[in-house]
Amino acid sequence: MADLAPPPISPAASGPLLQVENVVKHFPIKRGIFFKRQIGKVQAVEGVSLEVRRGETVGLVGETGCGKSTLARCITRLHPLTSGRVVFDGVDISRLSAGQLRPHRRRMQMIFQDPFGSLNPRRRVGSIIGDPLAIHGIADGAERKRRVQELMEVVGLNPEHYNRFPSEFSGGQRQRIGVARALALRPSLIVCDEPVSALDVSVQAQIINLLEDLQGEFALTYVFIAHDLAVVEHVSDRVAVMYLGKIVEMADTAELFGSPHHPYTVALLSASMVADPEKARSSQRVVLHGDVPSPINPPSGCRFHTRCPKAQPLCSVEEPPLTVQAGDPPGHLTACHFPVAPGERLVGAAPEIKAAVAGFAAASPAMGEEGKG
Amino acid sequence: MSLLNVHDLTVSFPTSDGVVRAVRGLSFDVEPGKTLGIVGETGSGKSVTALSLLGLNPGADISGSAVFEGRELLAMQPDQLRRIRGAEIAMIFQDPLSSLHPYYRVGWQICEAIRNHSRTTREEAMRQAVELLRMVSIPQPERRVQAYPHELSGGMRQRAMIAMALALRPKLLIADEPTTALDATVQAQLMELLGGMQRELGMAMIVITHDLGLVATVADSVLVMYAGRDAERSDYRTIFRSPHHPYTRGLLASIPGAAGSGGRLVPIVGQPPSLIRIPSGCAFHPRCPFAMDVCVRDQPPLVPVSDGEGHLSACWLPPEVVGVGEGADAARRRFVESRRGPAIAGLRTARAGGGAAHG
Amino acid sequence: MSLSPFEVSSQTFVAEEEQSLEALDASRAIEGRSPLRLAMARLRTDRMAWIAAAMIVLMALLAIVAPLVSTLTGHSPYNPDLVNGTNSFGQPYGPGEGGFILGTDNVGRDILVRVAYGARISLLVGVLATLLATVGGTVLGLVSGYFGGWIDALLARLMDAVLSFPYVLAAIVLAAVFGGSLPLTIGVIAFFSWAAIGRIVRGQTLSQKEKEYVEAARSIGAGSFRIMFVDILPNLVAPVIVLGTLLVPVAIVFEATLDYLGVGVGPPTPTWGNMLADDQGSAGFAAWWFWVIPSIALLITTLGFNLLGDSVRDALDPRTERLFATRRKSAVAGPAAGEPISGEVAAP
Repeated sequence: MADLAPPPISPAASGPLLQVENVVKHFPIKRGIFFKRQIGKVQAVEGVSLEVRRGETVGLVGETGCGKSTLARCITRLHPLTSGRVVFDGVDISRLSAGQLRPHRRRMQMIFQDPFGSLNPRRRVGSIIGDPLAIHGIADGAERKRRVQELMEVVGLNPEHYNRFPSEFSGGQRQRIGVARALALRPSLIVCDEPVSALDVSVQAQIINLLEDLQGEFALTYVFIAHDLAVVEHVSDRVAVMYLGKIVEMADTAELFGSPHHPYTVALLSASMVADPEKARSSQRVVLHGDVPSPINPPSGCRFHTRCPKAQPLCSVEEPPLTVQAGDPPGHLTACHFPVAPGERLVGAAPEIKAAVAGFAAASPAMGEEGKG
Repeated sequence: MSLLNVHDLTVSFPTSDGVVRAVRGLSFDVEPGKTLGIVGETGSGKSVTALSLLGLNPGADISGSAVFEGRELLAMQPDQLRRIRGAEIAMIFQDPLSSLHPYYRVGWQICEAIRNHSRTTREEAMRQAVELLRMVSIPQPERRVQAYPHELSGGMRQRAMIAMALALRPKLLIADEPTTALDATVQAQLMELLGGMQRELGMAMIVITHDLGLVATVADSVLVMYAGRDAERSDYRTIFRSPHHPYTRGLLASIPGAAGSGGRLVPIVGQPPSLIRIPSGCAFHPRCPFAMDVCVRDQPPLVPVSDGEGHLSACWLPPEVVGVGEGADAARRRFVESRRGPAIAGLRTARAGGGAAHG
Repeated sequence: MSLSPFEVSSQTFVAEEEQSLEALDASRAIEGRSPLRLAMARLRTDRMAWIAAAMIVLMALLAIVAPLVSTLTGHSPYNPDLVNGTNSFGQPYGPGEGGFILGTDNVGRDILVRVAYGARISLLVGVLATLLATVGGTVLGLVSGYFGGWIDALLARLMDAVLSFPYVLAAIVLAAVFGGSLPLTIGVIAFFSWAAIGRIVRGQTLSQKEKEYVEAARSIGAGSFRIMFVDILPNLVAPVIVLGTLLVPVAIVFEATLDYLGVGVGPPTPTWGNMLADDQGSAGFAAWWFWVIPSIALLITTLGFNLLGDSVRDALDPRTERLFATRRKSAVAGPAAGEPISGEVAAP
């Protein structure tokens, strides 16, 4: 197979490892019997720009439908881009064909969320981990086996289990297999799509520690996607918050968690349940109205305005740009017309829920008693 | 007077691979209007506990006692239990598809639930259903009430199920992993709602989860389960500030943001045991860094430990030693040092292959 | 510097986790047991599978030793022998008469020998045609399912067309044009059978294509063909084996049908199909053993393959695992095949 030499690593690199510029990804919705026509599109990612520097970990958080997984797949070119650019280590990979992409794939890998689904159940573990080596023609036969066993040790698996099937391992071990596979080609960038969400609590820490250790040992850069804010805070240097296909706020971790500006970030942070009763009960929970809108028909202007406790008429008309707000450090970007000031309290849907419950309680309180027994 | 008093609950299932001992002598209380958080991972037996209380485990071997308002649940006939289910004790599940019938409209299902337990007209029940959907923050409830479950998003299905559970103002709500399938902001809505129900109606709750964060937020008392038994029980503050059992201690150290961890996470080695082959003595001993010989032989009883009222722990470590941190760990290590013999040595040599230094 | 008790290096993880792993499957070799091997083990405990296999082996043996049978009895399968093969009234012998174990046909040929030779044709055509159809159907099904788009539209419609085509008529026409022969028969059967397999394989491919491991394969740079044949195909082996096994009897009957109609392998080669046809127009001698005996042979063969196919399907389907639990003599140490080794237990 074509064994193109991997592109040279830019020495003394000062430029960012990954540059994402205005990436847009739409999925067409087609209907029709013989010839499918497009009747709409899912606007999964709508103009996202971000930069990832060498050696850092950028966290991506957001809820269902925010597009973080889609963005991850756009970065690794598992999806073709609708528009925008992805520049990896100085090379624009946005429009490359599958064949042209292959050498770049060696430097950019992915770890998936589902430890059960991301490994082929009918292939042995050694073959799964060695697959990248086989595909890129790097090693064969005994040499490949040696390298695979080396990788298994690095991630904490017993190399003697080379010939086992994924079904014979636990969830945490399978995730390690996935990590070993991602490491096989010595990539520079690893995109981790919810790598610990599907694992037992006591096992999550094992994988998080493993990823941290490997980052030091192999000079890795991570894009870390998760919905668990505590995990993201723990592993990331910088964090970007996504909502309905856009980044609404991005800053250094401490800065974002310490002084969030975007109302969505504030709500998200207040909703996350920390395993510390003092903190968990003291913070005012900002409850948002309604549900996340569908990415097929996103709201006009600022996409968050339908649920925002601070929404003004301007918000439904004009989309706020992602910029540095006055008085903020240069790395802290917010996309909001009326960002939350420090110390400001947001009032969400909590009073309405309280009222509804009170109404429910008051209405025929003895209803439950009649006719029972 | 407790609303629910469970004593020595034991549940087993015979299967083709052996007997699954899902619950092995569990005891706990739920006070009216309070929330008990049951914490456990996969394979701890927590879901089975809830299902057994409501007689939803046909074919299981159940023994022990579960007294709800003076009545013994485990001795009841199916039709007696059916009257209690829904009206006095309601349950919500992690997967809303398992309690919502796919072929009937959501509103109809709620109506049925209401009318099964009270004499209400169809119109009145439907009106209540709409109000319930509004209360659980489902937008446009008048329209949604006519929808089929598959037409709603996952979060909305969950909330519809909760509406159905709350319809009859139960005295006790059992929530099995209520937040796992939900987005964070939807979780917040849900917690606000359940908190409101507790305040206004004095509803008690049992929240079963693996999420210590949820427990930290809503629970009044906490029960930590491991391999089908109580590992530790106390009020919510004590569990987080001064845990006694090494499993609790380990969980706190392995969760980002938890009271015990700062900087590097310290995971618990190994994985939860299969409920068919439960380790001898204390089920946690293969994973416990403080294991002693007695732990391999004998099951530790649930005993009170020093610092609080109602703080119980099933561990052979001295009751005075509680808490996270170096001091407590050092005290534990000192205690354990002289009590390790051949049983532990066997475990240790297998473990020490990597060469990490242990105490 | 000693680490706190909970702080362990990643290497100790290996020992820790392996401890529980080893404890659970002490009896299992380090060599992993492939799902296929486990299925074989299950198959071995299935009594019906043994019976079915015996039926097939019986017929296969008969086919193999056909010339030997001919030599031993001294009767040829082809040549009419009115002298030895008919009785004094010119009528064929029944089973057991005149030294013929299964009797003779209307021109005095030994039915046993003919049945044995017929087995050769039936099995050869059945297995070979099925093999061709399976390979062809699998490849085309994979390609169709994986690539989608116009390739899929084309191939899927083609499969539909082939499946709805009146194959008997087509066979008759082709035989009329090219003359009935063995290769033609095999070709016709294979051509009309591949679509059944192709459709199923296409469906399976469509669902496997969405799985995360396929995405993972793309992310490490695997090309389409590699993904199809190295990643997806092993996951299709189970249904393909079942289908193939169940297709063989269909092919055998198809072949017999063609012979019966006179458009398959022609006389004097004996085939079960044309032995059944001999019964017609046999100048008044419609003796029962003309058609009952080849029918029984046909029945045994097709029944054998059908039963084997069912057993293979059961063996490959992990959901019927519980059935086999009761047949296992010794308790297997370790979770059942296909279940992960974790704390999770499928409590009913």
